[in-house]
Amino acid sequence: MMKKNIFSTRGLTKVYGEGHSAVHALRGVDLDIPEGEIVVLLGPSGSGKSTLLNIIGGLDRATDGDAFFQDRNLSQMTDRQLTRYRRDHVGFVFQFYNLMPSLTAHENVELVTEIARDPMDPGDALSIVGLRDRVDHFPAQLSGGEQQRVAIARAVAKNPTVLFCDEPTGALDSTTGRSVLNVLRDVNEKLGATVLIVTHAASQAAMADRVIHFADGSVREIVVNDTKLTPAEIDW
Amino acid sequence: MSPLDHKLLRDLWRMKGQAIAIGVVIAVGVAMLVMMSGLVTSLNETRDAYYQRYRLADIFAPVTRAPDRSVQRLAAIEGVSAVEPRVIGGALIDLPGTDLPVQAQAVSLPDLRTPRLNDVYLSDGRMIDSDRSEEILLLQSFANAHGLRPGDRLSATMNGARRSFRIVGLAQAPEFLYTTAPGEIIPDDARFGVIWMSRSALAAAYDMEGAFNEALLSLSRGANEAAVLDAVDRILDPYGGTGAYPLADQISNRFLSQEIIGLEASAVGVPPIFLAVAAFLLYIVINRMVQSEREEIGLMKAFGYTNSEVGAHYFKLVMAIAVGGALAGCLLGIAGGRSLTQYYTDYFKFPFLVFQLDPASFVTGVTVSILAASVGGLMVLRSVFALTPATAMRPPAPPDYSRAGRVGRRMNAWLDQPSRMVLRRITRQPGRMAGAMIGIACGMALSASMIAIYAGFDRTIDLTFNIIDRSDVTVGFTHAASEATIFELSRMPGVLLVEPVRHVPAVLRNGLNTYRGVVSGLAPEARLFRALDADIAEIPLDERGIVLSTALADILNIGPGEMLTVEVREGRQPDLQIPVTAVSESLLGSPAYMDLDALNRALREPGRVSGAYLAIDQARARDIYRALQNMPTVAGVSLKSDAEAAIQTLMNTGAGAIRYVMGTIAFVITFGIVYNAARIAYAERARDLASLRVIGFTRGETAFVLLGELAVVTLVALPFGGALGYYMSFGIAAGFSNELYQIPVIFDLASYGFAALVVIGAAIASGWLVKRDIDRAELVLTLKTRE
Repeated sequence: MMKKNIFSTRGLTKVYGEGHSAVHALRGVDLDIPEGEIVVLLGPSGSGKSTLLNIIGGLDRATDGDAFFQDRNLSQMTDRQLTRYRRDHVGFVFQFYNLMPSLTAHENVELVTEIARDPMDPGDALSIVGLRDRVDHFPAQLSGGEQQRVAIARAVAKNPTVLFCDEPTGALDSTTGRSVLNVLRDVNEKLGATVLIVTHAASQAAMADRVIHFADGSVREIVVNDTKLTPAEIDW
Repeated sequence: MSPLDHKLLRDLWRMKGQAIAIGVVIAVGVAMLVMMSGLVTSLNETRDAYYQRYRLADIFAPVTRAPDRSVQRLAAIEGVSAVEPRVIGGALIDLPGTDLPVQAQAVSLPDLRTPRLNDVYLSDGRMIDSDRSEEILLLQSFANAHGLRPGDRLSATMNGARRSFRIVGLAQAPEFLYTTAPGEIIPDDARFGVIWMSRSALAAAYDMEGAFNEALLSLSRGANEAAVLDAVDRILDPYGGTGAYPLADQISNRFLSQEIIGLEASAVGVPPIFLAVAAFLLYIVINRMVQSEREEIGLMKAFGYTNSEVGAHYFKLVMAIAVGGALAGCLLGIAGGRSLTQYYTDYFKFPFLVFQLDPASFVTGVTVSILAASVGGLMVLRSVFALTPATAMRPPAPPDYSRAGRVGRRMNAWLDQPSRMVLRRITRQPGRMAGAMIGIACGMALSASMIAIYAGFDRTIDLTFNIIDRSDVTVGFTHAASEATIFELSRMPGVLLVEPVRHVPAVLRNGLNTYRGVVSGLAPEARLFRALDADIAEIPLDERGIVLSTALADILNIGPGEMLTVEVREGRQPDLQIPVTAVSESLLGSPAYMDLDALNRALREPGRVSGAYLAIDQARARDIYRALQNMPTVAGVSLKSDAEAAIQTLMNTGAGAIRYVMGTIAFVITFGIVYNAARIAYAERARDLASLRVIGFTRGETAFVLLGELAVVTLVALPFGGALGYYMSFGIAAGFSNELYQIPVIFDLASYGFAALVVIGAAIASGWLVKRDIDRAELVLTLKTRE
């Protein structure tokens, strides 16, 4: 059975700056991403993968072209509609966790559940990432991996349609990195959320349903994996 | 409690140092407003209550000698609710151990009843017994100045006869809050006394049995004051009435009102300048504080928080600081207002105090703080909201220093890396630097203008006592004497120079503007007391015209070339039309000058003088004083040094004293501004500084990068602040000037130098405080977190 596309882009272009100093981050990207998959976006720094993630995540706007979420054109949404879209459908996980240093783990998750349409209990979300017993710790009291798991809990607590992860293991060692990837796989399998992971660690591609290779602002190759590895089996 | 509110509280706690520094500045600005308006409201209330409780008259009607039966006719005037006739007379008090006799006024109290008007407040001892003619009450402030107590004896010369009295009580009265010797401008507790005695005793001393020489009248509500004044004059004219005048022209009330108006002007004029500076600082600080939160703002937007939700969150943060500061300011203002009011209650000799606050000042203070903070917060939020969340969350792109490169290359030869960082930051982020610079310049301006005002006060005294009046002694005569008296004075051994003067009481009128004052006839080519223009050049007194002081010309709204009506209140009381020929520079009082001969001709009393200015040989001063005391024509002698000391006291304890309070507040605000500028610069650069430490810079080198910037900004701000302060001081000087004295704006280099030292001192102290934080910062933590 043909899966529905959750994202489609047509001629998606992003240019930073103007004139001589203009940087073409995306050069007319055409792409379809089916729903419910784990998708890994691979490529060297500056290849445009994070830019694509930001645009289809509703964090940034394209210079030209269209990006569709289901059948809605993100390029034509107002700021208000984009906010609504992020609030209702999107979860983010960043390389540097971006937790609020002044809030506890529980409160950081609550920050999102408070405004979400159909959230889970913050405690449950922290259980999923295995931090049930550290809910009252502040970010400064947590290790890097723990902080990233709080960030994941925060992202999944709203029951997102799609989970965007920008270098989620970039700042972590292999053991912690694997446990974070495990959590992401669980979220995909148990909650049915589409998971998009941006990384430049090629080995992580083995756990994806689909791997999109970026180079110089364009999609160079798309590989569909027939068999996926578990995070434990990945070379780090 | 929502997680955002948790975040709010924890953020506030995290930035408590900064928050308090901002809050203090706004608190001080608001406190100033609340304090000053509370002071003025309370003083007005207290004065009104005092006047009412002791039934101060609405109209004073001096007369040569009116029979008691005319009281009924005065009482019958429509609009008059009470009449109290009394006897008053001049007296000279001999105090053992003083060279000069002290002038005094004797005032009668009715026999066997309390006065219907102008009652006295007995502060010590008992009331007089009207059967005992040697019993007197003495004005308390005068008694205090000379250490006199109930039970002491006092001898005084009344109507040419020397008599001995016994002080039975000390009293205060609303009509004698300020006491000024006749012919003098400056009130002085020690140099003018008031004696109350029974009507029968005083009438006997001044040949006033069955008669009075002053009528006091009170008006019923809604009475027509002008009509009553006319009616009183008509009734008393046959008995030698010299013109009834309203309470507004009564000398003590006029000084008191002037002082309160002076305070009111300072209250209206000065605090808004302070509040504006505080508000501006709040705006800048909030602006930069929110700027530094941009990553968190971006993150919250990424989660799906709307702009208005994020805005509301930061708005609460900003409001907590602004409103907290403003409320603290209100409390501080109440406390300050209360102690200032207590101070002025003592100073004005009110026997009690009615403390009242002005609610409008709270509203204004809090509103201005909220507005400044909101504008500061919203402006920057708007610019952050304009960014997409992706951009907002990334640390801002490194500022482009490339264009500074050329300058940098040229300077490489003689600037090390840290110096180049300082220089490039200043040249490449001019907006941010300008904000800090303007803030510090405002602080400098505030301090400079306040210190310039101090110099203005000194200038007023210098101009009055060293430039306009160069005499040593002023002598007043009992009546307009002949020029022979001047000759007599000049023959006294030790008298170097004598200059005649004639003071004539008069009402000056220009259309609807009137002023009850004195016209002074000065000797031609005077050397001891002169009319001077703004350039300190002597104004030759014209044969026909009159010269008015700047303050008087302002009151009467008249200028050179225009005709002034002078209603003389002495002798034949003619009404004269005299052209104004010039306006003279005078910072004390509101004098009017004429040529002595021209004045006498206009009065048709040739060769008359009412006093003299003397320059004397100080070695023979005592002999001269003794000789003066023995001259029957001499009513009073005053030393310029005493007068100068009196005005010094007045300026340092009266309305002028508030300048020290304001000066202190100016310094606090100045420090607050500089400290905040340093703190914010540190907050913005904590990460850079930590990086420098990591690469191997020493603490001193690292601190230099930040403090060097602060130093440059401060130094650049100084001249701007000086210029701004010069203009600001016009507003402040106007606030401190009143009818009694004017404060000029002078450009005094020393004042500005001192203000610059204040700012530099604040910068050094702030730098030291921030450096302590830099030294303490934990490197790894600073690099990892965004704080």
